[in-house]
Amino acid sequence: MENSSSTTPASFDQLNRDWYIDKAVQILVFIGGISAIVFIVGIFVFISKEGFGFLFGEFNFREFFFSPNWRPTSESKETFGILALIAGTASVTGLAMLIAIPFSLGTAIFIAEFSSGKTREVLKVTVELLAAIPSVVWGFIGLAIMNPIIIQTFNVPVGLNVLNAGVILGLMAAPIMTSIAEDALKAVPDRYREAAEAMGATRWQVIYKVVLPAAKNGLLGAVLLGVGRGFGETMAVLMATGHSINIPTSVFDSVRALTATIAAELGETAAGSPHYQALFTIGIFLFIVTFIINLIADLVVRGVRKG
Amino acid sequence: MVKLSVSDLQIRYGGATALEGVSFDIQEHEIFGIIGPANAGKTSFLKAVNRMDMFDPDMRVDGKIVFNDVDVSKIRNVYGLRRRIGVVFPLPVGLPLSIYDNVALSPRLNGQKKKAELDIIVERCLTRAALWDEVKDRLDSLGSLLSGGQQQRLTIARALSQDPELLMLDEFSIAVDPVTTMRIEDVLKELRKEVTIILVTNLVQQARRLADRTAFFLEGQCVEVGMTEDLFTGEVKDQRTRDYVEGRFG
Repeated sequence: MENSSSTTPASFDQLNRDWYIDKAVQILVFIGGISAIVFIVGIFVFISKEGFGFLFGEFNFREFFFSPNWRPTSESKETFGILALIAGTASVTGLAMLIAIPFSLGTAIFIAEFSSGKTREVLKVTVELLAAIPSVVWGFIGLAIMNPIIIQTFNVPVGLNVLNAGVILGLMAAPIMTSIAEDALKAVPDRYREAAEAMGATRWQVIYKVVLPAAKNGLLGAVLLGVGRGFGETMAVLMATGHSINIPTSVFDSVRALTATIAAELGETAAGSPHYQALFTIGIFLFIVTFIINLIADLVVRGVRKG
Repeated sequence: MVKLSVSDLQIRYGGATALEGVSFDIQEHEIFGIIGPANAGKTSFLKAVNRMDMFDPDMRVDGKIVFNDVDVSKIRNVYGLRRRIGVVFPLPVGLPLSIYDNVALSPRLNGQKKKAELDIIVERCLTRAALWDEVKDRLDSLGSLLSGGQQQRLTIARALSQDPELLMLDEFSIAVDPVTTMRIEDVLKELRKEVTIILVTNLVQQARRLADRTAFFLEGQCVEVGMTEDLFTGEVKDQRTRDYVEGRFG
């Protein structure tokens, strides 16, 4: 065997241009990927730093979570209870989900299973457009349109309440939930549908017995992302809830949301004051809750891929 | 008694003709083989029988297919038709449900709710499809996670669970090992007492083993229909049939 004619080791083991480009791209992509983590950690550290003074000072676990009295500027005695704010956020988000879940699942099923061609394209674009409407516009709709409608229809003194914000938030969350739910339905392979139809399943039976069970994790993920969206929404709820501290007993009660409280009050507090730090503590709480919701959504959606 | 009567069938996709000039009758309790190379129109034929053409807007079916004295092109409730016809596709489709639910799906669609009845159906169908022994201890696991060959047998069990009058198998052995194939073939021989079977196959020897009569499809034409034995002993009307069964092309 003649070795002289074959390539010498050195001739192909070169760090050539392709190799450097590849390395550079790897590093760039790595920085991009790692930056998301850096930002998240950075935000958490920042919020925590601002809130920690309160957390280790005036913070009283029982008062903070179980007192409905949010009186950060009281002359006699300041109290920092966020129970009413939690109740406000929870009631509005809950009502929003009651509205958004049937709406978005219905729309997603129609788009994915029943429409075709032009109808489907138009619907998809419309839904995406809806998702892109700024939240302040939704808040404006709540303030200027929903408010008088609620006052007239239900004969109540104030139209800025749980009902108003719940409807607005539901309509806001529905498009993004629809989008994700539709993706989940589309991910169910057509051969499943054909196999079921070949057995004589009607269209509804195919959806109910085969497609929905197959897509259930993705659909659950869509719902949880909707909940996260509702929980974190600020501007629209600030405008539509009435922004008054209340533990609601009916949908016509005005409430105040956690997010809206931060948005409305932070600008008027002295940096470093207990009030300022308490608002950041609310921020930490929101951060943790949203993180948990997203984590569950992520785990659930991951379940889809495995199944 | 004639179970399925086909006359002057023509199937087109857009402008292209997939199958034309097909006319034959299939008798009750007969195993009717259809052999032929790829693109002969075999699968299109099956699709036309149980009205799967509805899923394909390009597919046009002309001529007449009569099942149980009913013209399938004029049928109003296609679901009722499809429930009487079991289909096994060439590639296995284990639905993403539990193994049990895969087989119980069809009885449930027909309104069977009793657990005890369903248990009996599931066991019987899985046994017939030669799958029971392998899965009886894990009926709750996902059907779509079985191996290819197991999924194919699951598909067969599901088709049997429809308690069909007509069973159409489209190259069922493509994803199944030879031993299992022989076991399923034995089951098919048994089933002929109750069911009429259309067996589409690439394997001419499989048609020889099972089919009473066999049709030879080639390039969208039905070249010949005859007793299977005649086709294999050279008593053919068309030279191309002899060439095909003797493996000289295709």
